[in-house]
Amino acid sequence: MVDQTEAPASVAAEGGVQPMNMIQALNSALHVKMAEDPNVLSFGEDAGYFGGVFRVTDQLQQKHGLTRSFDTPISECGLVAAAIGMGAYGLRPVVEIQFADYIYPAYDQIVSEAAKMRYRSGGQFTSPIVVRSPYGGGIFGGQTHSQSPESLFTHIAGLKVVIPSNPYDAKGLLTASIEDGDPVIFLEPKRLYNGPFDGWHQKPVSPWKAQPSAQVPTGKYTVPIGEAAVVREGSDVTILCYGTMVWVSLAGAEHAGVDAEVIDLRTLVPLDIATIEASVKKTGRCVIVHEAPKTSGYGAELSALVQERCFYHLEAPIGRVAGWDTPYPHAFEWEYFPGPERVAAALKAVMTGGAR
Amino acid sequence: MTRNTQPLSLRVPEPSGRPGDAPDFSHLKLDAAGALDRPAIDARPVQMLDLAFRLIRVLDDEGNALGAWNPRLDAETLKKGLKAMILTRAFDDRMHRAHRQGKTSFYMKCTGEEAIAVAQGMILSREDMGFPTYRQQGLLIARGYPLVDMMNQIYSNASDPIKGRQLPIMYSAKDYGFFTISGNLGTQVPQAVGWAMASAYKGDDKIAIAWIGDGATAEGDFHNALTFASVYRAPVILNVVNNQWAISSFQGIAGGMETTFASKAIGYGLPALRVDGNDFLAVWAATQWAEERARSNQGATVIELFTYRGAPHSTSDDPSRYRPGDEHEKWPLGDPIARLKQHLIALGEWSEEQQAEAEAEAVAQVRAAGKESEAIGTLGQSRPSVKTMFEEVYATEDWRLTEQRREVGV
Repeated sequence: MVDQTEAPASVAAEGGVQPMNMIQALNSALHVKMAEDPNVLSFGEDAGYFGGVFRVTDQLQQKHGLTRSFDTPISECGLVAAAIGMGAYGLRPVVEIQFADYIYPAYDQIVSEAAKMRYRSGGQFTSPIVVRSPYGGGIFGGQTHSQSPESLFTHIAGLKVVIPSNPYDAKGLLTASIEDGDPVIFLEPKRLYNGPFDGWHQKPVSPWKAQPSAQVPTGKYTVPIGEAAVVREGSDVTILCYGTMVWVSLAGAEHAGVDAEVIDLRTLVPLDIATIEASVKKTGRCVIVHEAPKTSGYGAELSALVQERCFYHLEAPIGRVAGWDTPYPHAFEWEYFPGPERVAAALKAVMTGGAR
Repeated sequence: MTRNTQPLSLRVPEPSGRPGDAPDFSHLKLDAAGALDRPAIDARPVQMLDLAFRLIRVLDDEGNALGAWNPRLDAETLKKGLKAMILTRAFDDRMHRAHRQGKTSFYMKCTGEEAIAVAQGMILSREDMGFPTYRQQGLLIARGYPLVDMMNQIYSNASDPIKGRQLPIMYSAKDYGFFTISGNLGTQVPQAVGWAMASAYKGDDKIAIAWIGDGATAEGDFHNALTFASVYRAPVILNVVNNQWAISSFQGIAGGMETTFASKAIGYGLPALRVDGNDFLAVWAATQWAEERARSNQGATVIELFTYRGAPHSTSDDPSRYRPGDEHEKWPLGDPIARLKQHLIALGEWSEEQQAEAEAEAVAQVRAAGKESEAIGTLGQSRPSVKTMFEEVYATEDWRLTEQRREVGV
């Protein structure tokens, strides 16, 4: 399997390394940052005493105190607005939206307020908040527990959008997001919380601890925002993906028997355009994979960028594999969710000139 | 099954007068000045429910200050407040005229509401944070924010402190305790609660104050703010400025027909004060009460400031299309400037001559600032470098913005 343990520049010397799943890695990031900086707070619905329904905020309250990690009313708009006020005061709030599908009540506060605060005030006020939320499909969550809203945020000037795909990145990227001076939408692929979904829903999933990326430093380190990871080097085609789709893409490449270069974008805004451009110019082909609906999804933006920058290097039309343009259907989850077969079909299509 | 005796009918609230009608305020029940008790600042909300439905007034029709809410201010403070209100009105008049002369795209006067932001801006410190909506220019003026900077913002000229990025009147002035104004109504109120929670979390002594109009209380943000303020006992003052009109919709459309806006606090367990917003002393006293409550860690207070929006909603609005033309002149609570003037004269501390002098002085001050600002330029004649359009979107410019900036050629 792919080795994702490239030596990061920012690993703290102290502390060891422990196998962690993604939940534990995110939890570790919060514990480490809260221990280091009293301005870091964590709150949300069920995120205090209970530690969050997915346990990402587990033991924060017990360890750091009631006023540092607490439960909020069921009011996504209210809790994000409160975070914005706290951020303007000088704190570093990290809020949890229980499912990304519940982020819409807070959308105005995120988009009209947090995103624009620095700009509209001429730099007098800033909004250094992190909005964390589990997102995406693959756990039979139905329409309101499965959506992938990332493109709604990448379209908004002033927001950063970060999506990790493994425990090591999850901790490093969350730490970097908390330290970032801009508002960050931090989407956690909940299908990957407990194991590295390998794309084949009918096959047993191996535990995170079997993966190199589960060897997570217990101390502080960051994975910089704005740098993609080449998780598999290849020469035939470039796959651009993020979150759960990194694992689906790897499985799809193997299934197709294509020597694909797989790029985990890790952050959608800012986007590591240099890595994308270099890879597509090398391979001459590009397939984009995401689980959000296809129309106006982030793949459309990626496709346009690749076309603008790499057109004369392309040997086939750019392929897109995405969720369908329907609401998320409970009983048809595996038909909706892009799997390795669809990725493989797209890879074969671009290898043969893009016939569809 | 029970059947209706007659078909159901839908009620749509209507104001007491429309264009062509005589103004009618007979439905208002106004308490006499000095009629209401002033509870202790640690009183429980349930012990003071009547204050949510009645009207705290200090100044009577003759300019006497009466009753337990009289804040007993010294003459210097009263004069300072009066002068700040006079200056605010002079500023509004000039900027409204500047719009008519094509020097800017938009303006909003606070005519009739000057006592609110001026008194509250004077009570709280600059270290506290005000989360204003768009008729609190008196706060900046009372605190001595440079008029020329306000005008530069209104003209979006090369010296605009916020670099031509905001609609005129949407100031940001951190050093003056004035949060950046949003055009999306109500969003600032839960942010004020969060800011106040942060101060409490840090163990600091700063409090927050927010304003929202009667119309915007129908936004979810207002109710979220009340929930959070109550749950976390945030040190914040939440003002509802009931100026009777949300553009053309009267306050009944926002829910003011069946109850008062102050009373909306009751269900949240917050103390509520309903106050004559045209009475400088009543506004002062209520705000001071709420301030002491917040500073002594007893949490938030909701204040409904009962007033009347004398001017159009904005320069884009013509109120003669939806309300009786002379309604403002008939407002039974009078004019805040005239009332404070009358009070100072009754105290023997002021005269008509001094008033005329102060008004002339304010006009001269505004004219001087206007000349200075117009020398820099009015809208379209002067503006910050286009380069600034791409700055401060993020803490650092990313490649997209760099490329787009170059495309513009800057």
